[in-house]
Amino acid sequence: MEKPFAITLDVGSSLANHTGSWRTKRPLYVDRLPPCNNACPAGENIQGWLFHAEAGNYEAAWRVLVQDNPMPAVMGRVCYHPCESSCNRGQFDEAVGINSVERFLGDEAIKQGWKFDAPPKASGKKVLIVGAGPSGLSAAYHLARLGHQVTIFEAGPFAGGMMRFGIPKYRLPREVLEAEIKRILDMGVVLKLNSRVDNILDSMKSAGFDAAFLAVGAHIGKRTFIPAGSAAKVLDAVGVLHSMEGEEKPMLGRRVVVYGGGNTAIDVARTAKRLGATEAIIVYRRTREKMPAHDFEVEEALQEGILIKWLSTIKQVSDAGALTIEKMALDDKGFPQPTGEFETLESDSLVLALGQDVDLSLLNGVPGLEIKDGVVQVSPALMTGYPGIFAGGDMVPSERTVTVAVGHGKKAARNIDAWLLGSSYEAAPKHELANYEKLNPWYYNDAPKTMRPMLETLRRQSTFDEVQGGLDESSAQFEARRCMSCGNCFECDNCYGVCPDNAVIKLGPGKRFEFNLDYCKGCGICVSECPCGAIKMVPEEV
Amino acid sequence: MPFQPVKFYQTGTFTVGNRLLAPEERTVQANMQRTNGLNSGHRACQGCGEALGARYAIDAAMRACNNQLVAANATGCLEVFSTPYPETSWQIPWIHSLFGNTAAVATGIAAALKVKGRREVRVVAQGGDGGTTDIGFGCLSGMFERNDDVLYICYDNEAYMNTGVQRSSATPPAARTATTMPVGVEPGNVFGQGKNVPQIAMAHNIPYVATATVADLHDLEYKVTKAMGMHGARYIHIFVPCPLGWGAASNDTIKLARLARETGLFAVYEAEHGEVTSVSKIRKRVPVEEYLKLQKRFVHLFGKTPATETIARIQAMADRNIRKFGLLEEEGV
Repeated sequence: MEKPFAITLDVGSSLANHTGSWRTKRPLYVDRLPPCNNACPAGENIQGWLFHAEAGNYEAAWRVLVQDNPMPAVMGRVCYHPCESSCNRGQFDEAVGINSVERFLGDEAIKQGWKFDAPPKASGKKVLIVGAGPSGLSAAYHLARLGHQVTIFEAGPFAGGMMRFGIPKYRLPREVLEAEIKRILDMGVVLKLNSRVDNILDSMKSAGFDAAFLAVGAHIGKRTFIPAGSAAKVLDAVGVLHSMEGEEKPMLGRRVVVYGGGNTAIDVARTAKRLGATEAIIVYRRTREKMPAHDFEVEEALQEGILIKWLSTIKQVSDAGALTIEKMALDDKGFPQPTGEFETLESDSLVLALGQDVDLSLLNGVPGLEIKDGVVQVSPALMTGYPGIFAGGDMVPSERTVTVAVGHGKKAARNIDAWLLGSSYEAAPKHELANYEKLNPWYYNDAPKTMRPMLETLRRQSTFDEVQGGLDESSAQFEARRCMSCGNCFECDNCYGVCPDNAVIKLGPGKRFEFNLDYCKGCGICVSECPCGAIKMVPEEV
Repeated sequence: MPFQPVKFYQTGTFTVGNRLLAPEERTVQANMQRTNGLNSGHRACQGCGEALGARYAIDAAMRACNNQLVAANATGCLEVFSTPYPETSWQIPWIHSLFGNTAAVATGIAAALKVKGRREVRVVAQGGDGGTTDIGFGCLSGMFERNDDVLYICYDNEAYMNTGVQRSSATPPAARTATTMPVGVEPGNVFGQGKNVPQIAMAHNIPYVATATVADLHDLEYKVTKAMGMHGARYIHIFVPCPLGWGAASNDTIKLARLARETGLFAVYEAEHGEVTSVSKIRKRVPVEEYLKLQKRFVHLFGKTPATETIARIQAMADRNIRKFGLLEEEGV
């Protein structure tokens, strides 16, 4: 080619110069484990479903959610949301209201009538589940999704377990519970009510079950020895809450004293108030800081006029219901010690809320089982000492919450599935945790949490209407959009924009990005400026 | 519950783009079809703020004028790293002028286009702080004074980086450069006024003057687009950290630009006809130490016996900027 004066070379693009050869470290896109997912006892992919909710794609969000937890509307009401306690946004302004978004999705699913995907072809295996509480229902759902034929034997007249017989209506309306149970049964799960299992091995043999999952819960109220007159009315909390579901409401009287400091004590006191008690008094031997009940429940109870006597134990109950109370004082180690000071408290009834025991009679005669502290010991795969019999929920050593129980159901289902196929279930390795230090908080705007509306106090004291309301669509989306997407790319285009070498390739919506290592010099700006910590630098191999 | 408009709160408007934003609300840089005016393969150092600033500005200018753009470029880093013969990283019509005459060359191009009746083709002149505040200053002032139809963009990295980090009139006080060594009673660059070219440009009463940083892309693109919508002499001064010359980590480029703004050391504002029309407020005010500590050119201010007096003087400069431009949100607003 004829070139102009003094020109000897063609004009070339700098693309010929592969500056990637300068690099000693390279950026790498990663997915880190968001703290919410890490904290969820049910193993939900919270960041994953919020991602869809942010875009207003609620059905997609719900479908991601129910891959792990079949009862979001229940969960959005009764879960103590450890996800929110661990949310990175809590260190920035306030934690994302994950629980309220979950409830919105659950309610939306009921309203729109969304159904679970049909199970794949049947495996031909039959699994018996004992107990239709959160753990049993969750296991039934996950086993059905894996193609197994599931039958639930429930001793009581209704499904739901502690969700029905332990959690009062004002926290969990029964139509919500019914709707979510029905959706699980619609998958082909057989539920047999009023069917008590007396001997698990006999029941398994009689109908040819290949495996069993026990989830009978803990329904026997613990007693403590309190000398009481023969006419004194002493009840246990589980019994009171249980009878709330029957025709005959419990007769508690005008002055009700509840003994204990757990969530059940609070539930009973609030129930008594709604049944017409003029005074509902909780007697607890330690202080508010030491109380095992969740603080927001204590707060709600106090708002409703529940009285709490701290540092007090009940020594005696007279025939007329007069309680002798001894004042306690905390010692150096924080344990309550008697002081020898007494007072008298009049009451019409005393309700003991001192924890619950498990009815283990169905396990009589099963070889190889280990029972310790009143609960069944299980392997990390939730299998008992008897091969093929698994157990979960309140009857195994655990924190006794609905969410933990649902998590047990999922975990047991996966292990039962593997066991039925003659293998063992290997959980995928956990990603590195996306802690706050890995984020670049500059990019997140200040946006305070949206508060859920609360029922006014007067109605809370006299009716069983639901106390906490839900969010409307726009508020739920606003709340979802407060998610910082910790550790997972949400396509903000920052890496694509901030690269001085144009070495980030944008692959288009939903496809994220890729590094062009021919030109990436390894400066690391993309890592520093990634808001959510989804890129890391790794040394080049020499 | 009161009406809550659905807003975009995940990352506000600070990120480059976002899948949830309407396309017109995203930046030019978020677009898969951006010009990439300064393409890959250029030889700027790792983490070069100037390369980043130039692509931001040129891509925004290209979109604003429907890709009808000519650029004149002063000698300096930007020219050297982008066009080692026979390669070029520029994907726009581009001419290399002398060190000191970019403004005059751009004026000539604008005049020629006018004579040829090519009103749709726009002209940009660009250079570093050396080519702008020192060597090219006479030509630049002339371009302003004649109100020639050129947008002049200065990429300010506060020294002559290309030739080995010598002091320019944009170098900040106390900074170490090859010609202002940290020795003697007043180590580093002298305390003085330096040369504040955005303010001098405003004194020419030209249609548009703006400052920007590579840390706020939305603001930078807004200003380039606004300038391209006007005719006559316009000036944009972009703050571009230099990892090599400042002795900073290559991944801190944007962070440094952000800190320069958040300390108040670099005021971000725009002015029309000599009058300030808007300022970017500080979001989270930080003391100047946070900015200075990340750079080895200021390392002599710290160590065992920190030069507290010198740091206080630099803080006073930041405070003066904050007062002068009103960079803080007013109380109670």
